[in-house]
Amino acid sequence: MAQEHTHIISTIVENKPGVLYTVSNLFRRRSFNIDNISVGPTEDAESARMTIMVKGDDRTIEQVVKQLNKLIDVLKVTRLDPENIVTRELALIKVNALNTKARSDIINYADIFRARVVDVSPESLMMEITGTPDKIDAFIGLMKPFGVKEVARTGITALSRGAKSIKVDE
Amino acid sequence: MAKMTGAQALIESLKREKVDVMFGISGGALLPIHDVLCDCNEIRHILARHEQGAAHMADGYARALGRAGVCMATSGPGATNIVTGLANAYLDSSPVVALTGQVNTYSENTAYMIGRDAFQEADIIGITTPITKYNCQVKSPAEIPTAVKTTFHIATTGRPGPALIDFPKDTQTKKAEMVFPDNVQIRGYKPNTEPHPIQVKRAVKMLLKAERPMILAGGGVILSNASPELLQLAELLMMPVATTFMGKSCFPENHPLSMGNIGMHGTMLANKMILEADVLLAVGTRFQDRSTGTLDGFCPNAKIIHIDIDAAEIGKNVPVEVPIVADAKPTLRLIHQQLVHKIKKRESTVWSKKVKEAKETFLSEMDFGKAEVTSPKLLKELRKLLPNKAVIATEVGQNQMWAALHFQTIKPRTWISSGGLGTMGFGFPASIGAKVACPSCPVVDIAGDGSFRMTEQELGTSVTEDIPVIVVILNNSMLGMVAQWQRLFYKSRYAAVKLGSVPDFVKLAQAYGAEGVRAASLSEFSDATKKALKTEVTTVIDVPISPEDDVFPMLPPGKGLKDTVAGL
Ligand SMILES: Cc1ncc(C[n+]2csc(CCOP(=O)(O)OP(=O)(O)O)c2C)c(N)n1
Repeated sequence: MAQEHTHIISTIVENKPGVLYTVSNLFRRRSFNIDNISVGPTEDAESARMTIMVKGDDRTIEQVVKQLNKLIDVLKVTRLDPENIVTRELALIKVNALNTKARSDIINYADIFRARVVDVSPESLMMEITGTPDKIDAFIGLMKPFGVKEVARTGITALSRGAKSIKVDE
Repeated sequence: MAKMTGAQALIESLKREKVDVMFGISGGALLPIHDVLCDCNEIRHILARHEQGAAHMADGYARALGRAGVCMATSGPGATNIVTGLANAYLDSSPVVALTGQVNTYSENTAYMIGRDAFQEADIIGITTPITKYNCQVKSPAEIPTAVKTTFHIATTGRPGPALIDFPKDTQTKKAEMVFPDNVQIRGYKPNTEPHPIQVKRAVKMLLKAERPMILAGGGVILSNASPELLQLAELLMMPVATTFMGKSCFPENHPLSMGNIGMHGTMLANKMILEADVLLAVGTRFQDRSTGTLDGFCPNAKIIHIDIDAAEIGKNVPVEVPIVADAKPTLRLIHQQLVHKIKKRESTVWSKKVKEAKETFLSEMDFGKAEVTSPKLLKELRKLLPNKAVIATEVGQNQMWAALHFQTIKPRTWISSGGLGTMGFGFPASIGAKVACPSCPVVDIAGDGSFRMTEQELGTSVTEDIPVIVVILNNSMLGMVAQWQRLFYKSRYAAVKLGSVPDFVKLAQAYGAEGVRAASLSEFSDATKKALKTEVTTVIDVPISPEDDVFPMLPPGKGLKDTVAGL
């Protein structure tokens, strides 16, 4: 087996119904594994950006890119260079905070991770954190002993650094 | 501009695509379209007996002619019945365009609308997404002209493939101002047809240096109509040509350089020679497992030049030295052009002498079986009886592999067979489609009795619509190919393969108003075929053969080409 790596593929697609289905269907059918995905509009209202994190060896990733390119509703596929990108994910995390000690410990951790408290109730705290998926994983790990009640994550999004942009060739 | 209904716009759009025939079955969700067809003299609607048959007919039409074949089915079960036909066309890259009816997009006072599980509602877009090159559902009548233009364009260009348009019933009946575009710009679809000059140069250099160059030609050569260019190049360098199963008929098999098919049931010649090649020019092939055997045993000594219009095929299964993403026709022409500047046509080389000797030995050792009537003998005889332009369709199983091995094809598009999906029941409706495409060519379906049973009801279509074809049933009363595997790999324990001798195919044909004949000897077969060629109605020739004949050569599964077994 060749070496597996995590890759981030940035894909511009037609912003219309059914496209997410077509793309996810391709991954299922060809046994490519999506680790993480996010979808949202771009600077152009007719296009949407899908940021997809996949694991695989180089040959698999090359196939992912080529097969994505074949889909009619896919306009542009770019493999982002992991050395030269900004990746972010946002998470909301609801944690048990049953006493003052727990509450202040949680807030201390949150400060270190630059997470923000966005909701407070007598028994719980909700925090918002932004960062790379690894950072969010680490933060959630620290929250576990307090009792994590709910987690909602947006999925990864990414852009390459510098002035260049990924544009659809017209 | 006058307003028209969606159904009228669809028919107008089809005329503009030069569609002159479609195959289908109507139903509630297609009534408006069929009603418009009543007044349309330019498009013939051929009523199939099963929608799967309609889809295969459209496929046979497309393969014989190199143009889109159109089929039509109503919502729900009609649409789901074409699924096998689309999957079949998808794996063989055939431009089948399917038009399906659908329940309303919106309904004021009933639940007959999309998303409400209405009567005969099926999510055909969801179902066919993985087996079509493109599909779309029309949301309003005004979208129809562009949707049709887009769909035909995508189905027939680049690497062709099936496409589907779903027409909710209200989009067929409502009126709108229609604009019919002459062409479409599709942001995400720009197939590359011209080869990259640097890669062509590299290919030329490699071919010039090669001592034992060989061509592996796939279905892409046929799709690209590149047979003349292939022949020219092969002759220039005296390169032997092996074909994949889908490539059969792209190179004349009576040519000295023809090696026949490679693969699981390829010829001993092709499977052997490819092992010796030092450069393999692979054109329009996807190196499927049935062609290559195990990958490490596939042309182990060759550097590969791979021409394919689909970039995703390059490097998918085998690593290649020179990748060329382009249409085969201009690419082969360009390679040839650059070569003729550098060399004269080769007459004979060490390699070509070796190839010639190997072919002579191969021909002298060909085994047609001992019994009086064997499939190989029959197919050899059939070749003599048919003109070169005759189109051969096949079913799936032993019949198909015998035909691939023993029926020599001479002209492109005269070989129509389900390679990728291996769909039993494809051949007969496909032969009907091919006959519609080429009315002046005899069309013969080489059938197994099991496969023919799957779509035999299309005898009704061929008789009532006056589309005469010839069906030759190699009747072993068995699911023969499965039985062969049980003999070879399961200690001859037969499980679920004995079909018995019903129906009587002669009587079955006659019941449909077709001709039915039984041929018990080669001369009876020959007489029956000659007569069938002159008859104006479909003829079914039932030829009883041994229930236990095997197809050889065979490459056992999980083995490399060098392990091809010539016979028991
Ligand atoms: C629709 C479908 N079902 C099942 C199979 C599996 N299968 C492959 S070959 C074969 C037997 C074909 O029998 P027949 O048509 O009589 O041809 P023969 O091999 O006897 O020539 C079967 C069942 C298939 N290819 N297609």
